[in-house]
Amino acid sequence: MASHTPTASRRRWGSTVAGVLILCVMLFPLYWMLNTALQPDSGLLQVDPVPGSLDFSGFSKAISDQGGHLLTSLAVSLGAVAICLAISAPAAYGLARFGLRGSRTIVFGTLITQMVPGIVIANALYNSYVDLGLVNSYFGLMLADASLGIPFSIVLMRSFMVSIPGEVIEAAQIDGAGPVRTFVRVVLPMSRNSLITSGLFAFLFSWSDFMFALTLNTTDEVKPITLGIYQYIGAHVGDWGSVMAASVLSAVPAAILLVLAQKYIAAGITGGSVK
Amino acid sequence: MTTPMPTTSTVGAQTPAKASEPASAPDPGRIARRRRLAQWGFVAPAVVFMLLFFGYPLVRNVVMSFQDYTPKTFFTGESPFNGADNWSNVFQDALFGKALWHTLVFTAGSLLGQFCIGLALAVFFSRRFPLNGVLRSLILLPWLVPMVVSGIVWRRILDQDTGVLNSFLDTLGIGGHTPWLTSPEMALLSVILVNIWIGIPFNMVILYGGLQEIPKELHEAAALDGASAWRTFRSVTLPMLKPVVTVVLVLGFMSTVKILDLILALTDGGPADATQTLGTLTYQNSFVQLDFGAGAVVGNVLILISAVFAVFYLRANRTEGK
Repeated sequence: MASHTPTASRRRWGSTVAGVLILCVMLFPLYWMLNTALQPDSGLLQVDPVPGSLDFSGFSKAISDQGGHLLTSLAVSLGAVAICLAISAPAAYGLARFGLRGSRTIVFGTLITQMVPGIVIANALYNSYVDLGLVNSYFGLMLADASLGIPFSIVLMRSFMVSIPGEVIEAAQIDGAGPVRTFVRVVLPMSRNSLITSGLFAFLFSWSDFMFALTLNTTDEVKPITLGIYQYIGAHVGDWGSVMAASVLSAVPAAILLVLAQKYIAAGITGGSVK
Repeated sequence: MTTPMPTTSTVGAQTPAKASEPASAPDPGRIARRRRLAQWGFVAPAVVFMLLFFGYPLVRNVVMSFQDYTPKTFFTGESPFNGADNWSNVFQDALFGKALWHTLVFTAGSLLGQFCIGLALAVFFSRRFPLNGVLRSLILLPWLVPMVVSGIVWRRILDQDTGVLNSFLDTLGIGGHTPWLTSPEMALLSVILVNIWIGIPFNMVILYGGLQEIPKELHEAAALDGASAWRTFRSVTLPMLKPVVTVVLVLGFMSTVKILDLILALTDGGPADATQTLGTLTYQNSFVQLDFGAGAVVGNVLILISAVFAVFYLRANRTEGK
């Protein structure tokens, strides 16, 4: 702090320059995605390093071809977030607070589920989904996508709810509140941050999901953007401009969340894994 | 720090209901039972969900690996048991051995690259300098973008004739027309390199968090003893970081060993099966050939490999919690 001598501060700015360079290298592919999207359809030619003039035809084509899939992704992801929070928040509270016999086993099981390869789940799920009529349905995909966030959310929220002071919960009970009322009126508001973090990650997991979208759908009825783009390159190999424009659009939620909810993202990455 | 009440926070504590229930209640045992039931109401939906979406598929996969699935099964609904046929067919197929080998190379290579670069960046960002926080959070972006999308962007960048990487190497006078994704020799390496890029932010963030937990006094003490920066890093930082390193590597392993999206987006398992892994092979068998029995066999092998590392993870987790 006191070392604000010219050389020390110059050295610090030197680190900043190095940091910016690292960032440029790391984010170059994303720049290239944007750059390609903003150039007139180059076909299979090389792309200029900087767009000479901004050309939005790629975007308008991407929106007309893929806009519906973006909305599908949004609907499925929001549904998955709702299912995820509705199931995992009460469970996290129950596991953190009630001292039920078997809680330890359930928490253990939750950790284990995070290790089951998704393709194995899809393999078995597909056949059941066919029997249950859940293939090509919004609800079926929401349920499957919710499974990506539920174990993570339980672990994250539970570790938070364990640290809520017992006095607060007891005070609510002395006031005559039952377990549901205590949970809704006291525990949920206090756990706001961990709820937001869990919801954000459930959204990101679901938005990024490709595997369930690929395996649990056999028609074009329910097609999220990840699947849309994947099939787009199959059909439009030469039309990189609109493929990249669709990619940019699909990356927008991640970018927005990163800027607006930076601290929750950081908390989720560390809390969800190390705890 | 809060001081949690023992009765409310310890998992597995005996119910205090009997003792604290007022004496006027008609049947204390019944009230305690009803309360327990209400409490289970909080946990039960999650347990049911996880049994349906994780427990059931695990069991079903084992059963399916002994069943005969053909495209016809989807019309007739018949999948007769066929003993160990699927297993012997899969194990005799040369592709399985290849996929297993690719999986191991892909996982080991990705982890090594992600970890080393992630650690270097974590150490770099542990210095104090202007804009540190902003730069550190922006670097997360590659990790947050859907993996399929990253794969597709890289597919454009790595294109042999029109990709920017080759034209950049051309201007430097090295490399030239490297067939990054189209030659069997280069494809697996290229896929690993892209996956390293994706994994760096995650490794960096967790290791950065671990570095912040190390008490500053230790480094100061080492500096007073005249230890060099490298010596301090090796003898103080790394040992203190060990629990975090274990968690990062095991979590990295878990997410890398089963990767599907990235490989499908970059190469679709090709060229000439050069990037076929256990994950893509499961997908190919089940959803392209519609032989779910064979897919289940490969999936079970994948689970077995993950299970071995799950044991590592849980042990690491336990020491971490203590």
